[in-house]
Amino acid sequence: MTLSLNDKDQAMLRGDHGPATKMAMSILVRMAEVAGAQELLDITGAHIDSTVYIGDAGLEFAEKLASLSAKVSVPTTLNVSGLDEHHWQEWAVPNDWARQAYRQMVAYQSMGTIPTWTCAPYQTEMKPSFGQQIAWGESNAIVFANSVLGARTERYPDMFDICCAITGRAPAIGLHLTENRAGNLLLQLQDVPEDLQHSDDFYPVLGHLVGKISLDKIPVIAGMKVKPNEDQLKALGAASASSGGVALFHIIGVTPEAQTIESAFQDKQPQEKITITMDMLRESRRALTHTDSEKLDMVVLGSPHFSLAEFKQLAQLVAGKQKHANVKFLVTSSRAMTQLAKQAGFLDALQTFGAQLTVDTCILTSPMLPPEIKYLMTNSAKFAYYVPGLLSKQITFGSLKDCVASAMEGKVIRDDSLWIS
Amino acid sequence: MDKLNIQGKPFIPGSANGLALVSHEPLSFWGGYDWKSGEIIDRRHALSGMNAKGKILAIPFTRGSSTTTAVLLEAIRTGTAPNAIITTSADFFFALASVVATELYNTSIPLVAIFESDFASLQTGQQITIDETGSITVIS
Repeated sequence: MTLSLNDKDQAMLRGDHGPATKMAMSILVRMAEVAGAQELLDITGAHIDSTVYIGDAGLEFAEKLASLSAKVSVPTTLNVSGLDEHHWQEWAVPNDWARQAYRQMVAYQSMGTIPTWTCAPYQTEMKPSFGQQIAWGESNAIVFANSVLGARTERYPDMFDICCAITGRAPAIGLHLTENRAGNLLLQLQDVPEDLQHSDDFYPVLGHLVGKISLDKIPVIAGMKVKPNEDQLKALGAASASSGGVALFHIIGVTPEAQTIESAFQDKQPQEKITITMDMLRESRRALTHTDSEKLDMVVLGSPHFSLAEFKQLAQLVAGKQKHANVKFLVTSSRAMTQLAKQAGFLDALQTFGAQLTVDTCILTSPMLPPEIKYLMTNSAKFAYYVPGLLSKQITFGSLKDCVASAMEGKVIRDDSLWIS
Repeated sequence: MDKLNIQGKPFIPGSANGLALVSHEPLSFWGGYDWKSGEIIDRRHALSGMNAKGKILAIPFTRGSSTTTAVLLEAIRTGTAPNAIITTSADFFFALASVVATELYNTSIPLVAIFESDFASLQTGQQITIDETGSITVIS
């Protein structure tokens, strides 16, 4: 079983399509061999996670490709950058860091990409369609594209995504292929009240637990009594891709490849059946909070990036209210979504409330926070998962309502009523 | 002194030696590995606070973020990476960091996959030697 390349692949590898395509193809071929692929396949879209500035090696990679005049050959969206280009100076971002992060933005933009600067490209007009073969980076975007949209991508790392975008090819492996998209684990919800299933904070908590249990397997969730909306599925996926390596989940009766249990497992038997109890969910919710304190310096929302529906929901919750003077309240989203929210009239209430907006980036990837901010609160399991390691701050997880109530009170308040049964 | 030989599959061939740092729990390098120092910083992970620089890091596979590759690449460039990584499957994320490091800096770190049953015999603190063929010698 060796990798066979078609004529065009071989031409790209020889350098017939220029040095950047040659570099991208040689990385692609080397990795296709590692993955045991027998061939490459055509993709018709890509999403680039490598835009996030981590350090100078990632920048040197981007600038090397750019200096070789790399151009993408399929429609390609860009993930968050390291920088809110117009507002970074309002925060603690160091000048030299900003300069490097900006160079990385310029390098990727020079390749003919679409500067979406968002970790939620599936909520833009570039959303892929059912069955579409794509090469996506960014764990939350990968799991959403596969699970909720039924598009097909492997869990691709930074820098590989751009190699696929340049060549228009990806290894024919893993979740690109129908037979690898069948569920492995059956996760049966037991006695989870319908009221809780309607509540937004159920989904990140469930996702965190699903990731812990599934690791790199494909979980199939059964026993949902409600049909979750897009943002709830987004929260579930982002959480499961952080606590585990979930790149595809199915929910019976909800996600497109799981209209029935038979279709979710492609008529095979689950390898394992696990019951999800309220006790497990309560423990998952508890694990997302990484502090014993009620202190609060800042609320952070928009991980993954806020959608228009989330802006609307928040605007309704904060209408006519004001946050406590000692608490910062930050919403992160894309530039385009924020503009749409503004035009829809959702930002006035946020402004009166005292909320701040940051676009194009994420405070997990941008060194925005000054040291005096120590106690954070969020409605995102993904954010809660990464804060202790990436930002060395204390974190409390709560619902969107809890976050608003806490920001007004100046300390953490959580409504536990739906979780006690 | 116990000596054990394990034959692994070298996805990124190379030779290395060092003390083992072992966990049976997967790890995301983004939010989990400080490339400036080599410290494991996932505060929910069993290896939190340990330093993997110059060690033979053994973890079954990566979890979470797509940025794991970028973090390992920074560590390779800075000299804070493990000397080699042992996993239980072909880890695409780790392999890519070495493939890109070869392209940019003409350097890489060995990546060897072994069977789960062999992985179970690895323990932190063992002296490990890896050769080009993926043969692993473990001394404890």
